[in-house]
Amino acid sequence: MDFNLSEEQQLLKDSVDRFILDDYDFEKRRKTSSTDDGFSRDNWKTFAELGWLAVGLPEEYGGFGGPIETMIVMEAIGRGLVTEPYLPTVVLGAGLVVEAGTEEQKTEILGAVAEGNCMLAFGYAEPTSRFNLADVTTKAEEQGGGYVLNGHKSVVYGAPSADRIIVSARTSGGVRDRDGISLFIVDNNAKGVSRRDYPTADGLRASEVMLENVEVGADAMLGAEGAALPVIEKVVDRGIAALCSEAVGCMEMLKDETNEYLKTRKQFGVPIGKFQVLQHRMVDCFIELEQSRSMTYMVTLKLDEDEKERRKAASSAKAQIGKGGVFIGAQSVQMHGGMGMTDELKISHYYKRLMQIDTMFGNRDWHLKQFAALTQ
Amino acid sequence: MDLAFSPAEQAFREEVRAFLDAELPDDLRDKVRHRRELQREDYLRWQRILHARGWIAGSWPKEHGGCEWTPAQRHIFDEESHAADAPPLLPFGLQMVGPVIYTFGRPDQKEYFLPRLLSGEHWWCQGYSEPGSGSDLASLQTAAVRDGDDYVINGQKIWTSLAHHADWIFCLVRTRKEGKHQEGISFLLIDMKTPGITVRPLVLMDQGHHVNEVFFENVRVPVANRIGEENKGWTYAKFLLGNERAGIAEVAWNKKLLQRLKEMAADTPASGDRLLDDALFSRKVAETEVKLTALEYCNLRILAAMQEGSPPGGEASMLKLLGSEVTQAITELTVEALGYYAAPYEMADHAPGSNWSPVGPEAAEGVMGQHLFMRAITIAGGSSEVQKNIIAKMVLGL
Repeated sequence: MDFNLSEEQQLLKDSVDRFILDDYDFEKRRKTSSTDDGFSRDNWKTFAELGWLAVGLPEEYGGFGGPIETMIVMEAIGRGLVTEPYLPTVVLGAGLVVEAGTEEQKTEILGAVAEGNCMLAFGYAEPTSRFNLADVTTKAEEQGGGYVLNGHKSVVYGAPSADRIIVSARTSGGVRDRDGISLFIVDNNAKGVSRRDYPTADGLRASEVMLENVEVGADAMLGAEGAALPVIEKVVDRGIAALCSEAVGCMEMLKDETNEYLKTRKQFGVPIGKFQVLQHRMVDCFIELEQSRSMTYMVTLKLDEDEKERRKAASSAKAQIGKGGVFIGAQSVQMHGGMGMTDELKISHYYKRLMQIDTMFGNRDWHLKQFAALTQ
Repeated sequence: MDLAFSPAEQAFREEVRAFLDAELPDDLRDKVRHRRELQREDYLRWQRILHARGWIAGSWPKEHGGCEWTPAQRHIFDEESHAADAPPLLPFGLQMVGPVIYTFGRPDQKEYFLPRLLSGEHWWCQGYSEPGSGSDLASLQTAAVRDGDDYVINGQKIWTSLAHHADWIFCLVRTRKEGKHQEGISFLLIDMKTPGITVRPLVLMDQGHHVNEVFFENVRVPVANRIGEENKGWTYAKFLLGNERAGIAEVAWNKKLLQRLKEMAADTPASGDRLLDDALFSRKVAETEVKLTALEYCNLRILAAMQEGSPPGGEASMLKLLGSEVTQAITELTVEALGYYAAPYEMADHAPGSNWSPVGPEAAEGVMGQHLFMRAITIAGGSSEVQKNIIAKMVLGL
């Protein structure tokens, strides 16, 4: 039992932490997040140069590291409230290709991702699916050796800037059947793909992606026909672990900022941190953070266990992170008083991100229900 | 980073498991499983079995009769003991006064007290709290006035767990009234048979006799029974409170309680289904299990840090806080699972020779009593609010 980072991991951590500290201060982040892209392509290049876009990819495609390295990068992303689409591209998109791709697909995509020349997004949700990954109505019909896609993928993070969007679509079976779901790699500018792009409450970019008679070749299919759900679940569980790490970064930043504020803000002639009611609230935040960090380590280290253990780990971690994140976010706003409400202070921005993190890949209720079913 | 225990630790787990299989008497196992009150002799029987195996004091140094187990080994021992329904080891001697004696005691004190403590010949209780000194322990008033080679003790202790079984009590007493509260306290070892000591039961809401008031009226205690220096008792008391806190989260015991709750809920019919399938009930169980999992991994992180030589600071308070909350959530849900059968209650059923036969499902036995008694764990040993004060000060610097 050991919770220490290896020497290489520590070096990676130092490098991402230094970047966030030196080159990603909140004012810079505010500027880049209000551009059309919502992020900086220069930063993306830097990520590529520093090797962060290769994290978790197989070595033969220029990659290195695994879940722990992803955790390290994502925690820093959380601390800096980074808007570059790392999760959609590296963790989800490239993750799906690693898991299910053919040799050709891997060669074509993974190297480009690592070099910063390919951005990805993953469209799995639909207007009626809520959090159920098997609830897929988007259709893929065979036609002339390829497929024709029709459907609507909702709130696809990273889609506006993605070169390719990976979508789930039904090749057979009924709406919520576990079997019959396939994955397709679709060029973002393919004929029949239309998007409505928008900013999200947490300052990122997402799209409604409409697929209308989009014709793709057979080589666009990712993995075996009709058998994509286990792959999606596996990669989403890695996404959950990554998101938990990001949330821990957000929570830690809020905890530090708020604790500092309690020591410096004076009312009634004393720092407000002298008031026991606020001390205890702050302790509650600290404990939520520690629990969230512990659960993040747990899920990160259990991603390669058998399916049941992995899903238990992911659902329990996500349930904790959703609860803890929103709690710390809301309490940080509260303890900052009126200033916590402002757009100027970064506090509310972290709160907004933590709210989206709670929802993404299924909220607390969803995961408690999954966890209950897995542990009865 | 790696969650696995080392091969040596896994082998140790097998060894502990085999020992428990062979040596833990069925009737003790049964009592624990049925949440029946353990009698003095029950505790002592198990203590003697462990003592014979050399496993009574996992954390103690070998030179004092301990095993010098690593934090991970202690954790494994706890896990396996709870999984097997072994009686708990009471902390008053083994975790509290023992380490104080071997750390701060004189050679003759060590030689006399430690072997008797380990063998169970001396049953220890803890004389800390007083009627006017609960969370504010340092304000204690029980006076020890020097008279020749003795101290003369007058005052009262309260909430003294199992004092009615005890042979000895370790006490914080006031040896100086002037100055800071903390700087006038001494640490004394007192024979419970000394004239002038009266033990009076305090019956708690579960009708059980767990705690007592202990009165001291002109009790003469040899100065030789003092630990360390006069007026330095607070230092030893703090050492005691900070010692051996890794097990404080009670992860293994909580797991056992949760497993039994789920078994019970699976056996309980509810509108034609199992209670465990009831959406609202299962949600509460799942929430509790998630919290327990988070606690388990917080505990492992702190354990791993202890393995590397960093003692837990304010984090131990977090473990105590969370562990006690989880226990209360589980016992509350267990009562809830019983429905109407939580109501039949007769404390005498736990007493030897009682004619009371349990009512309702077998698993109902002892559930209400345990739940009621467990309300104490967020109060005793530093209330949850005091734990939060400690974290605010030690960890957050507020």
